[in-house]
Amino acid sequence: MKNTVILGALTIAGLSAGAAAAGTLDDVKARGKLNCGVTTGLVGFAAPDANGEWKGFDVAVCRAVAAAVLGDGSAVEFVPTTGKTRFTALASGEIDVLARNTTWTFSRDVDLKFEFTGVNYYDGQGFMVPKELGVSSAKELDGATVCIQTGTTTELNLADFFRSNNISYEPVPIETNAEAQQQYLAGACDVYTTDASGLAATRATFESPADHVLLPEIISKEPLGPLVRHGDNEWGDVVRWTLNALITAEELGVTSANLAEMAGGTNNPEINRLLGTEGTLGEMLGLSADWGKNALSVGGNYGEVFADNIGEATPIGLARGLNAQWTEGGLLYSPPFR
Amino acid sequence: MSDISFVRTEMLPEQAPPPSSVGAIGWARANLFSSTLNTALTLAAVALIYYVLAKLVPWAWSPTWNATSLKNCREILAELGREGHFSGACWGVIRDRWVQLFMGFYPAEEYWRPIAAFILLGVALLPILYSDKVPSKMIWFTGLYPFLMPLLLWGGSIWTPIMVLAGFVLAYVVYRALTERMSELIGLIAAVVAAVLWWLLAVSPLSGALADLIPLGLEPVDSRKFGGMMLSLTIGVVSIGFSLPIGIVLALGRQSDLLIVKALCVGFIEFIRGVPLITLLFVASTLLNIFMPPGTNFDIIMRVIIMATLFASAYMAEVIRGGLAALPKGQYEGADSLGLDYWQAQRLIIMPQALKISIPGIVSTFIGLFKDTTLVSVIGLLDPLGLSNAIRADANWNGVVWELYGFIALMFFVFCFSMSRYSMYLERKLQTGHR
Repeated sequence: MKNTVILGALTIAGLSAGAAAAGTLDDVKARGKLNCGVTTGLVGFAAPDANGEWKGFDVAVCRAVAAAVLGDGSAVEFVPTTGKTRFTALASGEIDVLARNTTWTFSRDVDLKFEFTGVNYYDGQGFMVPKELGVSSAKELDGATVCIQTGTTTELNLADFFRSNNISYEPVPIETNAEAQQQYLAGACDVYTTDASGLAATRATFESPADHVLLPEIISKEPLGPLVRHGDNEWGDVVRWTLNALITAEELGVTSANLAEMAGGTNNPEINRLLGTEGTLGEMLGLSADWGKNALSVGGNYGEVFADNIGEATPIGLARGLNAQWTEGGLLYSPPFR
Repeated sequence: MSDISFVRTEMLPEQAPPPSSVGAIGWARANLFSSTLNTALTLAAVALIYYVLAKLVPWAWSPTWNATSLKNCREILAELGREGHFSGACWGVIRDRWVQLFMGFYPAEEYWRPIAAFILLGVALLPILYSDKVPSKMIWFTGLYPFLMPLLLWGGSIWTPIMVLAGFVLAYVVYRALTERMSELIGLIAAVVAAVLWWLLAVSPLSGALADLIPLGLEPVDSRKFGGMMLSLTIGVVSIGFSLPIGIVLALGRQSDLLIVKALCVGFIEFIRGVPLITLLFVASTLLNIFMPPGTNFDIIMRVIIMATLFASAYMAEVIRGGLAALPKGQYEGADSLGLDYWQAQRLIIMPQALKISIPGIVSTFIGLFKDTTLVSVIGLLDPLGLSNAIRADANWNGVVWELYGFIALMFFVFCFSMSRYSMYLERKLQTGHR
């Protein structure tokens, strides 16, 4: 009897959870704030500055979504999540969107019931070695000691790579990136392996970055992107097309410098549709007509966000590489705004 | 007979002790070089200390206070001709972020509120800690403090804490009225029921209505803005404050003759002690979220505080049970022979002695709990340790490790060491000589 009551209560809770999840867009509008899950700190992607203001590449996605929905890029409540809490935070509705350098994988998309709304950074696992080792390819790393973060996909990728190349290695398990930096510099391991963006950021902090090289091999695909709960397609569309708006704007040459001018109307109908002077794209999303303009007004287009947070002018100094537009040999390819 | 007649008749004057046995030399000879083995150990220890300090002091003595980034630190050190991985500390990160390490994301214009809350905490503790030196009326302020602190930290309407306080008044009135007319047990139960009903049903509509009539209050601050040392202190202080009374009740319950009360207390204590704190924190951060009806915004910090309180209470109960067990049976019998009832005996005879015996254990539990609050960084709350990671994620400070951890360790040391010294003082003060 008692169990039935509890089960009944759970069912009702579950049903109402489904009902509430169906209207994230309305929830966000009613709340006037977007709850956005970010990491507790990853160089270039999300970190609070001395005034407690969150900055970074993933943070820019949150701000763009907030601006598109609410017209204000600062109407975001940033919820720091760890690798362990991020998925429950999203599933339970504590956050509306998770922009936490999360790799898009089959099981996360299908089994964990999330919906990835695109890719904002194409990453991959790489290797860093001291130059004095004289290694120029990961295939020459036979017998090397490798610093590796435990419990991540990088650990499995590493085992696969070494096995398929028939070479051996000795893992040095470490917990955090900070620990890895210390161990690597102290010579506890010959090689440090993690996502290539992380390696670049780590190398940038060294006393003499030129003494260390990133090997050319990238041994895994890590498409990182924002994700939302499964089953709330309206909200998923908002996040997906906000990201696409940033990418398309770069392709069409809309920057924060010429945004105001272009929003006055141009000869290019796609720009006009993107910025809301033509067509009813905003209305279809359930947003205001100038949603695209608002999203772009926060940090500019994708290229500008990239350059400001992780690009070659920053200490992290990442090249566009795979993250260049498709017209320039990269993988960024937004569907048309039509 | 030979004439041996020399007998000293007067005392020799006192002479100064030989110079080698007084002063610094004497102390060193007695304590450091009293034997070959001790001499060898002393020399080894001196060499070790010198080795550590020779590395540490030049590293820490580094004029990088005004640096704006790790790169900037290295430039400053390179100008001084100091190169290498451990050439000098980069203190700029502390200058840049110490406010954040203390206050987290609390709005800067409201900093006075946490500061006031923690200063008033000191005032509220005075009547308990130094009961002989401050006026006894101060205890009223101590009683009010638990309602003042949330108001200061979280803000909001002033009426909510007042209405919550009214619940206690209501409980007391019900208790007095029913105890006189019926039995004490009925009075106690009715008082608890009345208070709980009041809190559940009446507090939020009443305080809402009053807030509409007379809008008094402070700017509300979201729990998400809490961080750094302030977060650790909030969780620590609240959990410590609640765990002591709950622990006393649990300890008494465990010794009780009432079967159900005893079973409940034993079950609770053993369950909580059998589960690691980190598990409870994960339950607080992830599981509760899923079980709660959606839309209920049950504050994450509140959830963590509740879990930490439950955890500390179970340990506290066992510490106090140790104190109760150490009391001779004669004390209980003495109380009975005086005709005191159960609560009077506990209040006047048993508890004062049991708590005194338990002081070292209680303070250890406090210190342990305070340090355990750093575990919340695992569930994404930015306590000092969590913030150190977030600060390193700033491209300017990426790679700074020792300076941050050293500073955080110092902050914790100051708090824990003062607690431990205070407990020793208290033991001496309450020493009555029959152990």
